[in-house]
Amino acid sequence: MKKVYANATEALDGVISDGMMIAAGGFGLCGIPELLLEAIKDSGAQNLTFASNNAGVDDFGIGILLQTKQVKKMISSYVGENAEFMRQYLSGELELEFNPQGTLAERMRAGGAGIPGFYTKTGVGTVIAEGKEHKDFNGETYILEEGIFADLAIVKAWKADDTGNLIFRKTARNFNVPAATCGKICIAEVEEIVPRGSLDPDAIHLPGIYVHRIIQGEHEKRIEQRTTRKKEEA
Amino acid sequence: MPWDRNQMAARAAQELEDGMYVNLGIGIPTLVANYVGDKDITLQSENGMLGMGPFPFEGEEDADLINAGKQTITELSRTSYFDSATSFAMIRGGKIAAAVLGAMEVDEEGDLANWMIPGVLVKGMGGAMDLVAGVGRVIVVMDHTNKHGKSKLLKKCTLPLTGKKVVNRIITNLGVLDVVEGGLKIIEIAEGVTEDEIRAATEANIVN
Repeated sequence: MKKVYANATEALDGVISDGMMIAAGGFGLCGIPELLLEAIKDSGAQNLTFASNNAGVDDFGIGILLQTKQVKKMISSYVGENAEFMRQYLSGELELEFNPQGTLAERMRAGGAGIPGFYTKTGVGTVIAEGKEHKDFNGETYILEEGIFADLAIVKAWKADDTGNLIFRKTARNFNVPAATCGKICIAEVEEIVPRGSLDPDAIHLPGIYVHRIIQGEHEKRIEQRTTRKKEEA
Repeated sequence: MPWDRNQMAARAAQELEDGMYVNLGIGIPTLVANYVGDKDITLQSENGMLGMGPFPFEGEEDADLINAGKQTITELSRTSYFDSATSFAMIRGGKIAAAVLGAMEVDEEGDLANWMIPGVLVKGMGGAMDLVAGVGRVIVVMDHTNKHGKSKLLKKCTLPLTGKKVVNRIITNLGVLDVVEGGLKIIEIAEGVTEDEIRAATEANIVN
């Protein structure tokens, strides 16, 4: 079965629809599926729920879908970089479910692994625990968190082969792996699609079984906080 | 003289022992890395990296290589990368020896509030709740009082909690305090600060 598509719009064809729950990879603006987000904007799909650690910035990442009001709800751990997000949230236009970062990652991992719920210590005694089942194990209290089963996963990788085996680069791996696994359908955008057999099988970060559609494209890869040091005088 | 930011960071660095895997939060905790000296410390960045290096030289920034504060950084010879689920598995699983974090409030039971001011600041907790619930030791570094002069070491936190009974040690501009049975215990006083000054700046119960 052919997994490689010409571009993001074609890869979304027959997949994207109103009201979907979409799991997206990325941390901040690092490793986000920027081409697929742009194509989702162009698709005009409405009332989307995103499970994504962050919400981009105003004009990049998921932020572009907030501008067009295509997002109904965000499940995120940190949204501090996005003024439009704040405005929509405080005015009640946008639903927000805060998840601790590790809980969000594990909810995706669990969903992808067929695990509907798990117990964690994270958030016990905080607002996160309100309304959730509490259970003691060996004298410690844990809360029940549920796996995320998304309709669609969109991720960004460095390289893919045409069977969907993926390799990520440095800290751009982040949420892309757990997000990819928890989607009924996963679309990956990569910087380079290489011939079958040219990736070391021992070095594959995400096996192609999780990836249904692949596109290659040019990425802006915007830097959110450019921090540097000076070269010391010799 | 109370400690300045760098002196607080240097004092926090004394808490770290050879061989530790450590997570440093944003702000003063980030400065701790400058004071570890010859100790063999591996820094974790919860977005998926062990062995975090310093900022890159100008022109060598890599968009694929950032820390949890979204700043460009570099790798070291010991560096490894992994995904977010693996990153928080090692945090939740107790593999990270210590976290050094900033705080808005800490109370005498070790409750910590550092992620939200209702109606004012609603950015999210990021990885802070996972860290305080999972790591071996939680060290808070913060000013003793807020900008209005009110104590940040309280009998009971007033802001939404990050974690309950999670803080082990607090390093402020005035000194070092531990969370113990019944309240906070003064461990060390910054040079030029008196015990009376610490007591006056602390709302939490101080035990001897």
